[in-house]
Amino acid sequence: MSAISTPVRRPRRPRREESGSPLLLGHGRLPKVLAGSTLTVLAAVWLLPFLWAVATSLQSEQDVMKSGLSPFKGAFTLSAYRQILDRGNVPAWAFNSLFISVLVTVLTTAVSTLAAYGFSRGTFRGRRTLLAITVAAIMVPPQLLIVPLFEQMTMFHLVDTYTAVILPQVVAPMMVFILKRFFDGIPRELEDAARIDGASELRVFTSIVLPLSRPIVAAVAIFVFIGAWNNFMWPFIVTNDPDLMTLPVGLATVKDAYGIQYAQSMASALLAALPLIVMFLLFQRRIVNSVATTGLGGG
Amino acid sequence: MTTTAPAGAAAPPQPPSATPAAPRRSRSLTRGGGLFVLPFLVVFALFLVWPVVQGLWMSLTDASLSLRGTEFVGFANYTEAFGDPDVWSSLGNTVFFTVISCVPLVLVALAMALLVHSGLAGQWVWRLAYFAPYLLPVTVVTLIWTWLYQPDIGLGNQLLTSLGMEPVGWLSDESVAMWSVAALTVWWTVGFNFLLYLAALQSLPVTYDEAAALDGAGAWRRLWSVTLPQLRHTTVLVAMLQVLASLKVFDQIYILTKGGPNGSTRPILEYVYDVGFTGYRLGYASAVSYIFFAIVIVVSVLQLRFFRQEG
Repeated sequence: MSAISTPVRRPRRPRREESGSPLLLGHGRLPKVLAGSTLTVLAAVWLLPFLWAVATSLQSEQDVMKSGLSPFKGAFTLSAYRQILDRGNVPAWAFNSLFISVLVTVLTTAVSTLAAYGFSRGTFRGRRTLLAITVAAIMVPPQLLIVPLFEQMTMFHLVDTYTAVILPQVVAPMMVFILKRFFDGIPRELEDAARIDGASELRVFTSIVLPLSRPIVAAVAIFVFIGAWNNFMWPFIVTNDPDLMTLPVGLATVKDAYGIQYAQSMASALLAALPLIVMFLLFQRRIVNSVATTGLGGG
Repeated sequence: MTTTAPAGAAAPPQPPSATPAAPRRSRSLTRGGGLFVLPFLVVFALFLVWPVVQGLWMSLTDASLSLRGTEFVGFANYTEAFGDPDVWSSLGNTVFFTVISCVPLVLVALAMALLVHSGLAGQWVWRLAYFAPYLLPVTVVTLIWTWLYQPDIGLGNQLLTSLGMEPVGWLSDESVAMWSVAALTVWWTVGFNFLLYLAALQSLPVTYDEAAALDGAGAWRRLWSVTLPQLRHTTVLVAMLQVLASLKVFDQIYILTKGGPNGSTRPILEYVYDVGFTGYRLGYASAVSYIFFAIVIVVSVLQLRFFRQEG
């Protein structure tokens, strides 16, 4: 009955798609209240571990060990953070993580974008076969490669180097595939005009195709970055030198070394999480849209 | 919109229309686009094709971390693996984990997306709450949960005891540990599936929904008969990706329980790691990982066929 009122909502459209589908819940009050409270409870459950970690990190080790459901069992203090930053390797690990993730992101995005364009527009021999092999490689679980890759790095004397951590991560067949599919969708007429004017393929790529593909390239870059920042197994296996470890790897060793110093563990955990949370807050809409357009993230 | 196409499916090799318009000059400059692909092919060959081939070769040898004196042993590693009870038990653990993690990871994600999409205010808050854990490095996630699962002062047991229930050995009880790992995994990664669903919902045309509403269909009816069927492709995609991801579980288990207690949470990939890097038997480890790879391929093919038939 109240469905008639839908057209009235049209003018609100310009407020971006924030409002979702007003139809899903109908217009009664009860479904909205129910949905709202379910959402709130779920969100609380999802945020609870976080909040608990924050609260734990803001207490002294002694206070943490007191039992009690109240998140704050003692006085509020930043001592855990101070200790971590003073004597831990956390700043060095954070630098390594950032350095490695940025390089992986730049290299992977560049290499994959170029390859995707080559596969999409190229006419070279063996193009189809190579593309088929690339797509098939998406199936290979990265863990399958760990043992032989480690052997390979030993052979090249690259164990415990940035190179060994970075280069294998640059191979991202999935990203090539996603980008190629996007390039395939760009009408060739746009480029042909430039080609007739004598522009080189590289020129066509950089001045016509790339600008049109900014959202998808950004999406790929964001997900490569998240993947690289959070990558655990490979950096863990190929680095033994504490100075070269990334945050996730370093933190795993801290956990073993410090045993039960929960305030410090939580503080370092939150420091490691901070950059990505900030990134999400900044690029929220883009991240959501990128999942929509690529249909995929991660490696 | 592209979400609906199963991205894992083989690339539809478009007839490239041969681009006769491409002038000869550009062709010679880039050798028909080959130069564009070259950097990728180099890293691809070095760090993917080579290790795959080398691993296959290693699985036929008695290679060890000490390197010297590698000998070809044929299929000995494979025969040994098939008779190895640890291979079977870790495979069993992997399958168990896949089942108990995939179901909630699909259903909870769907519920979250439907609720968030239903037009309540404050969308970004919900998105942040559900997606944020996905952004955390695995070590951070396991640190937080080790703390929650702590037997004496951890939040989990404190909540239980305050409700008058017995404390649980979250990570020390063999029958509970894998469920604890699954709970952590759902918390950690459900946000990604949630975003896939949310994106799909946002790209659905409203017209069907509107038409059904005008015909007097109630909210439940429209959910069952209009919205959910339209989400079918997304569900296929999410479920397939999730099964493959769950089969590959390693990181969180390795850090959280090291496979314990008593091997009850050890997945197949951790067994590969243990055999290869702790037991130094790289050849055997490779053989086990190739058996696992074969299983992954079979599962993917079965899934594709199953969902094709369904459609």
